[in-house]
Amino acid sequence: MREELIIAGFGGQGIMFTGTLLSQAAMMEGKFVTYFPSYGAEVRGGTAHCSVTIADTSIGSPVITHPDSLLILNKPSLGRFGPRLKKGGLLVLNSTLIEDETSIGGGQVVRLPATDIAEKIGQITVANIVALGKYLALRKIVSQESVGQALEVLLAKKKKELIEVNKKALLAGYEYK
Amino acid sequence: MKKLFGKPESLTTVNHKYCPGCGHGIVHRLIAEVIDELGVREKTIGIAPVGCAVFAYDYWNFDVTEASHGRPPAVATGIKRVLPDRVVFTYQGDGDLAAIGMAETIHAANRGENITVIFINNAIYGMTTGQMAPTSLLGMKTTTTPFGREAKIAGYPIKVSELLVTLEGTTYLARGAVDSAKHVLEAKKAIKKAFEIQLSGKGYSLVEILSQCPPNWKMSVPESLEYVRKEMMTQFPLGVIKDKTGMTV
Amino acid sequence: MKQLMKGSAALGEGAIQAGGGAYFGYPITPQNELTEYMSRRMLEERRVFIQAESELAAINMVFGASVAGARAMTSSSSPGVSLKQEGISYMAGCELPGLIVNVQRGGPGLGNISGSQADYFQAVRGGGHGDYQVIVLTPASVQEMYEMPSMAFSLSEKYRTPALILTDGILAQMQEPMELVKINAARSGDQSWILDGCKGRAPRKIRSLLMEEGALEAHNRHLQKKYIEIKNKEQRYQLINEQAEIMLVAYGVSARVCYTAVQEANRKGLKVGLLRPITVWPFPEKIIQELVPQVKAFLVIELSAGQMVEDVNLAVNGKTPVYFYGRAGGACVTPEEVIKEIGKI
Ligand SMILES: Cc1ncc(C[n+]2csc(CCOP(=O)(O)OP(=O)(O)O)c2C)c(N)n1
Ligand code: SF4
Ligand SMILES: [Mg+2]
Repeated sequence: MREELIIAGFGGQGIMFTGTLLSQAAMMEGKFVTYFPSYGAEVRGGTAHCSVTIADTSIGSPVITHPDSLLILNKPSLGRFGPRLKKGGLLVLNSTLIEDETSIGGGQVVRLPATDIAEKIGQITVANIVALGKYLALRKIVSQESVGQALEVLLAKKKKELIEVNKKALLAGYEYK
Repeated sequence: MKKLFGKPESLTTVNHKYCPGCGHGIVHRLIAEVIDELGVREKTIGIAPVGCAVFAYDYWNFDVTEASHGRPPAVATGIKRVLPDRVVFTYQGDGDLAAIGMAETIHAANRGENITVIFINNAIYGMTTGQMAPTSLLGMKTTTTPFGREAKIAGYPIKVSELLVTLEGTTYLARGAVDSAKHVLEAKKAIKKAFEIQLSGKGYSLVEILSQCPPNWKMSVPESLEYVRKEMMTQFPLGVIKDKTGMTV
Repeated sequence: MKQLMKGSAALGEGAIQAGGGAYFGYPITPQNELTEYMSRRMLEERRVFIQAESELAAINMVFGASVAGARAMTSSSSPGVSLKQEGISYMAGCELPGLIVNVQRGGPGLGNISGSQADYFQAVRGGGHGDYQVIVLTPASVQEMYEMPSMAFSLSEKYRTPALILTDGILAQMQEPMELVKINAARSGDQSWILDGCKGRAPRKIRSLLMEEGALEAHNRHLQKKYIEIKNKEQRYQLINEQAEIMLVAYGVSARVCYTAVQEANRKGLKVGLLRPITVWPFPEKIIQELVPQVKAFLVIELSAGQMVEDVNLAVNGKTPVYFYGRAGGACVTPEEVIKEIGKI
């Protein structure tokens, strides 16, 4: 098993957190994982992205050119990363913010209104976790439980009160049909 | 220690190579005497500059390191932060301290490093044989200001001690000279006070010493002493420029 | 227990666990996280941290702290490391230990802030003025980022010469699982040169100015003898697939790219291996010479226009073809590109 995923969206949509959360979960399952963020001036441009590779064997380059999957939370990121998706790859889109019917050649495109769902949960900032939930339902690279445990590890120190709402978001995305 | 004419313990027996009339040798001796009197020779670490005083480590009888041109304040910072209970001082010329090393000078002062800086202002680059220094006086002929220093081309002489006054981190700033027995004695008092301030943990001290460089000023020794009194002291008045301690010299 | 850690933080923590007593830095991307990490952790540990006024000041503070006997370090990225070269030369001349970290970014000039390997020549050919060498170590994982400062300090002290960790923006920014294993913090080598006040001993001096007839030449002979000893004893590398016919040679992040390519190529039945220098000075030339009879070709991969390839060529000495593929200006080579290059051989 080897999965290369790029997560992209606006700065402030929790892109980096989504990447580290998934990486943390993969590590807790004993898998090999690398996480590589965009940084510096690039982040200031408005979009942020990160690359996560998860595998059963040790991983070489943390840089991803043609991802197996894309988790795209805003429109500019779709233009930037869509064309790089591997043939037959998976594209999970936040349809609340990306309305147009861009077709990605040959890939599996899954739309979910992540921001709407997050709003219904009562915390608009967890749209990233909703999207992650859906992605995990489609690509079972780590279990939903592991991500739940990873949430507890990452939020334990400073944002304990946010653990529950994040878990709710994860579940909502996971079960979204 | 009351040895008035003997060699201070903090000086080696190595004969120094300074030109006749040069101020460097006198100031080396003053520092050595002060260190002896304070009884801190065995816990002193000096930093020699790049300049005519580069061989200072041969003349002082305590631990001394070299530093690259202009960086003694940074080297002193590194030493003092690692060994806060040692006595750490830099010895620097005007080129070293106020040209290439001005950034290090200002920032060490601004951090209030608990070090002592002995600044030899001879208004010239001695070691490289007589080029303009940041402290060269207007009209002064040097090998790089053959028509005399002109403000339009080469700016103005920098008053380093006055420049440092506004920095909160500076505790004691004083200017002396070594042109006469009286001034030598006063300079020694200022140097001693600077070291005492460091020993009591009160922070950054700098003593600027107006010094003569007869060969590069193209003067005889008496002429050079006259120049210090008439010209240098007009541009760079002697005295205490800042003293946050309230202690009197 | 494993934990996720950023490369730069791992390096910082590794230096702290290795007994790093003093850190001096000046902000520059992509190594800011290291300076920031140290600003917090060094003070927590009651050690010395200063944000210096420039890289020039920082390296000279390292000089001072090293004179005073501390395990001292600085870090920067390419443009800042250029500024440090004078100080590094002085440290080599004065035989002072110390650690410099270069988180390489694209150049020349201000370049960009992407990871790069374009400062190889600067690192392994001395960098500043005079005949000298620094020991250059190249981590290729977050785990190694953590463990390498200890190795760097020890080698640096053993041979009394500065050590440099040559890494890049990608390794510094990436995160992966690592373990905070126990780190050796014991100081090594002779310490009878440290300046801490001459109580109970003769005064010492530290200097690199040697004007007496023949003194500097003798000092240089002494330095060269030391460098030869390092060359003989300290070549380090990792070798994957010893029996390979095509041997990739790459360090740091490009070795990781090559590792993926090797896995791919082996799956296709190609006999491809990887030699990863861990020290690039001393360069692991002995193993290359040993590999020459069996290897049909070496393929050197770098994130530069071709620098380490010169050292491979020197070691191979024309006995086997040496190929090169690299990308400059902060661009990253992909495993696909490496496979394509293998195909061309
Ligand atoms: C980086 C560098 N630039 C230039 C020099 C050459 N140099 C040596 S001493 C010196 C100036 C010395 O003048 P000053 O600091 O006033 O000391 P003085 O000799 O007058 O006491 C210069 C420019 C050097 N050694 N290193
Ligand atoms: S050149 Fe000037 S500063 Fe240098 S030793 Fe001679 S008199 Fe002194
Ligand atoms: Mg001068």
